[in-house]
Formats: sequence, C-alpha cells, structure tokens
Amino acid sequence: MDAAIEVADLRKTYRGRRTGEIRAVDGVSFRVERGEFFGILGPNGAGKTTTLEIVEGLRKPDSGTVRLLGRSPWPHSPELTGRLGVQLQASAFFEFLTAREQIETFAELYGATKSRAAEMLDLVGLAEHANVRCEKLSGGQQQRLSIACALVGDPELVFLDEPTAALDPQARRNLWDLMRSINAEGRTVVLTTHYMEEAEALCDRVAIMDAGKIRAVGTPAGFVRDLDAPTKVTVAAGQLSGERVRELAAGETVNADETAVVFETRDPRGLLTALASDGALEGLSVRTANLEDVFLHVTGREWRG
Amino acid sequence: MSLDTAEVRAERAERSGSRAYLSLFKALGRGWIRDRSQIFFTILLPLMFMVLLASVFGSGDTAASRIVAVGDVAVLDGADPDAFTVVEAFDLDEALAMMRDGDADAAVVQDGATVRIYPSATNSTSGAIAEGKLSALVDDVNVEVLSAAAPGEPVLETEVEEADGGALRPIQYLAPGILAWGVAISGVFGAAGTIVDWKRDKLLRRLRLTPASVRTFLGAKVSVNLVVAVGQTAVFLAVAALGFGLQLSAWTWFAVPLVLLGTLAFLAIGVVIGGIAQTSPAAAGLSNLVTMPMAFVSGAFYPLALSPEWVQAISYLSPMRYLNEALQSVVVYGEPPSAVLPQIGFLAAFAAIVALVSWKTFKFDEL
Repeated sequence: MDAAIEVADLRKTYRGRRTGEIRAVDGVSFRVERGEFFGILGPNGAGKTTTLEIVEGLRKPDSGTVRLLGRSPWPHSPELTGRLGVQLQASAFFEFLTAREQIETFAELYGATKSRAAEMLDLVGLAEHANVRCEKLSGGQQQRLSIACALVGDPELVFLDEPTAALDPQARRNLWDLMRSINAEGRTVVLTTHYMEEAEALCDRVAIMDAGKIRAVGTPAGFVRDLDAPTKVTVAAGQLSGERVRELAAGETVNADETAVVFETRDPRGLLTALASDGALEGLSVRTANLEDVFLHVTGREWRG
Repeated sequence: MSLDTAEVRAERAERSGSRAYLSLFKALGRGWIRDRSQIFFTILLPLMFMVLLASVFGSGDTAASRIVAVGDVAVLDGADPDAFTVVEAFDLDEALAMMRDGDADAAVVQDGATVRIYPSATNSTSGAIAEGKLSALVDDVNVEVLSAAAPGEPVLETEVEEADGGALRPIQYLAPGILAWGVAISGVFGAAGTIVDWKRDKLLRRLRLTPASVRTFLGAKVSVNLVVAVGQTAVFLAVAALGFGLQLSAWTWFAVPLVLLGTLAFLAIGVVIGGIAQTSPAAAGLSNLVTMPMAFVSGAFYPLALSPEWVQAISYLSPMRYLNEALQSVVVYGEPPSAVLPQIGFLAAFAAIVALVSWKTFKFDEL
C-alpha cells in the first residue's frame, strides 16, 4: 500500500517587493505512513503552513513532488479530495449560516448524508449549538465545527493546521481528546502546531521545522532519549548542608542559591532515594528533558513558541 | 472493488457537480437573504433615491412661479392663478430680500409701458422659468392690445404639443437611471466585498479542497447575484409603477436580460476592485469611487442631454450609460430589443474585457 503522504525536496520561495526573497520552504522531504499521527512542529514563520498548503494541493511548489494516498494533488481531482479532510487556520465558513446548515452544506459537497452531518456535530460537542450562527460561536466552538466539517466526508487523511492556536487551556485539552479519537478510528492525521506539549501529547512522530527546513524527524520519546540530557532535580534551599550537597552531586553539575538547590543528574532514582532518606523533599520538582531541549539542540536556538 | 468505466465516472461527476452547485447556491442564497446590509443596498437604497430625485425634479415644472409685485403691476392682473402666485412687496429691496431667502422666483416692477423683471439668482432654474413665463404673459397682453387696434390682422400663435411620446414625467427618465445605478452598486459592491471576505475567511481555499470544483462554486456565486438582480429589478419597477406612476411598456420584460448582462459587467468591475482592496472599508471606498462618478456621467441621476459636453463624452466609456439607455428604450419608450442592440453589444464587450483583465491580474494566492 502507498504511504499516506510522500514529500520529496519541496521548495517554495516568495519574492516580496520590500522583504526580498524568502525561502518559505527550503528542501523539505518526509513520509507519513497510514494511520500515523504526524506532527509538524515549529515556531511561527517556520514554513509549516506553506508546507501543509503545498501538500494539500493549495499551492504549487517551485520544485519537488508530493504524493497523497499514492497520487499527485495536482490537478484537483474529486476522487482524491473526497478522501481528504482539511481544517485551515482561518475558520472558513459560509456567512450567516448556522452550525447545522454549515456542516450540511459541506456534507452535500462530499456526498455525505444529513445524519452523518448531525453525527459529526454531536462528535465535536456542538449538537446543542446546531442552530447558532457560525459568527456567534466561540473560538473553540468554531475550531470544533471546522474539524467536524473536515470529518464529515469520512476522510482517510486529515490535515489540521494549528487547530488549538488562540484557545484557552481547557478548550485545548478538549480538542486533544477529539484529535486522539480521530486518529484512533484509523485515520491518518497531520497536525501543525507551535505548542511543544501538544506535539508531545498527541503525535506518533514529529518533524521539527525551522526557517523552511526540517531539522529532525522522530518520535518525541526517541528525541528526548537521544538527547541523553541529565534530569534536573530541584529542592528548596536550607534542607541540606553544603557538604551533603556536594556529596549527593557526586561530581555532576549542581547549582545552589538562597532559594533552591538544582541537581543535574543521570541517576535520578539514586538521588531521589537519598533525598527522601534525608527528609529533604520540600519544594521538590523533577524535570526531564523535553522537546524544548530537543529544539534547542537541533536548531541551536532557544524555543520561543 | 469494481473499476468504473470512464463514462460511468464522468456521469457520476456530472451528477455530483450539479448537486454541489445546488447546495452551494442554497448556502450562498441563504447567506444573502440574512444579510440585512445587502437588502438595504440592493432594494431600499435605490428606492430611497427614487423618492428623493422624483421629488426634487418633480416639483420644478408643475408648481406655480412665485412672483413679487413691487407696487402696482397692471400686467399681472390677467395672470393665470395656476401659473403665478403673486405677493406684493413695498419696495424693490424687500422683494430682493424675499428672493435671497428663496421665498420668491422673480420680482416685477411696472413703470408705465416698461415691465422690469428681476429673476432669482438664488434659485436660478426657477428664476429662469419665471422670467420665461412673465415674458410670455407680457407678449400675450401686447397681442391683445395690437389685435384690438387692428382687428382682422392675422396673429401668429404657437401651440405646444408634449413630445417624447406624451407626458414624459420625471419618473419616466429617472426610474431607468436609478435602476441601472442600483444594479451597478449591487454588482460592484457585492463582488468586491465577497472577494475581500474570501481573503479573510479563506472560504474559497477551503472549498478548493472539497470534491466540488472552484468553477461550480463561482458559478453558484454568480447565479445568486443574477437572481438578486432580477428580484431587485422586479421590486423596483413594481414600486415605480404602482407608487410613482411609471408607465411600463409592453417590452418591459426585456429589462431582465439587460439587467443580467449589466450585472455581469459590474461584477467584473467588482472583482478587479476586490483584487486590489485588502479590507472591507477599502473595498467599499473603492467601489464608491467607481460607482458614484459613473452614476453622474451616465445620466442615471440627471438627464445626459442637460449635462456638459465633456460629461457626455466621458459617458461613452461607462457601462452604466448603456444599461440606462437600453432600459429607458425598452421600459419607457417601448422600443423593441432590436433597437438596443448597440447597447447590448457594448455591455457584453465591456463585461468580457473587464472579466479578462480581472482574470489575468487576479492574485489567486491571496484567496
């Protein structure tokens, strides 16, 4: 079976009158298997959306090839678009229609039934808002309606472009559950995000993108493991003598000030046991390396999501 | 899995294409009906203009001229009270003050055999009309005097017949012009506003990723605009006929194809504007910048024959002129469609050229 997505050496350069040449996408290649939850992670302006739009077939690349479910997105073919579900950054709705009318119109375009439309509205938790005009829905509700419209055609491959941007933490968690369930039904999901924790929580594999290039591709856990970074263990100051701190550090890095002592250890289990037996667990926090450290490592730049 | 033949697939695509067209037409039509500002601009605003202009142009030629007689003006004794309303003033200064305030159209002083007329400069049109009527009155009195002195001598008389196929009341030339303007603003504002909306909400981009084709979607959008234009024309002509006494000719139905063609031309202009503008206020401003001057140089609000020559010259470039002329010919004068073929030809050519320009210059990436 063909891969869900195969992308080889995409390039796209914008030439602005004032900005000069911008290489929005600069030699991007990746492959997404069927059923995978694939994330494209990067700061704003990294080229995620442009990459996604080229893959979807909305933009033509200057060079490079795209295969979606084994075929090219160019030219537009109903056979292919009928198998795709797309949620764009802007919530693209017909003006002055209610949530139900909106999704029923999309259902008709995909040749799906009204009951399928109602089912999707229910799935995203908007059944009771079915008769509310789209412009009156909250940001989170609009995003969920947008995702419902993407799912109404029973797609094999779903593209979600920063669906949780500008949502409050609770609404974001709700969307995470929804996205997990979409993937659990066997659909391939491609998500762009600039939230580290979102990529870590949802994606099977993540491509880290910066300045138009993919810097690394892998699983979130694999990235962290490969980084082989020490675990940071912090306790409140004043519980340990200076001598005991040096003893526990055992030659590894330790930073102490008036408020806290921070150990960087490769043996967190041994250190935590010792701290527990000393009764020095006040203000304890343990932080392992995460994708933020991975980003710093692969791009040489601090993460500013 | 069975393999479809090419014909089966083509047939299915066609069937789903027309279904997609219908659902898009329904969605866009619903949106239009619920948008109060659209109803205002396409239906109410042209009607408001008709009320306003009909009362402005309608009052001038029916009302009696208001004359201020300074002292004793014998010539006014025989004046027809339907044609003149006469008030008396103590002296000329008082009369002139009344004219400056707009309370009188002319002042008259009679000094023996000399009738001195002071037409109003404040309201020069009414002043000129009053001056003409007073001169005619003086002539009539002279004719009477001369006839009495030389009975049997033949006298030349004028008879005035109303031309232009009977009484051409202001509504007869105003209605087609305002309708043409109404069609123009709904076409230009509608297309420009829609495109700016698409730039913001990316609806077109989203629809490109459904099985429906962009052509189907644009076709549905233009269809909604055409249906709106026909509805707008029907409402406007009905109100003009029933409320303002517009006499509709037997060829009035031909206004429908004319309005459809005009709408295509104005939609094309709107697409060009929508391509340039980035925000809704910019689109509205540019649309005004195009449609307002166009209305004034096209005889929509004011008869072209009374406009300066340079305005008449510019008007040949305006599609509104041709729509206005064609509507006037078939709706008011009852001329057959064959009489407006040149106008139809120009409108079609204009629509085609502007559509081609907008297609070539349009930045589809922005949508």
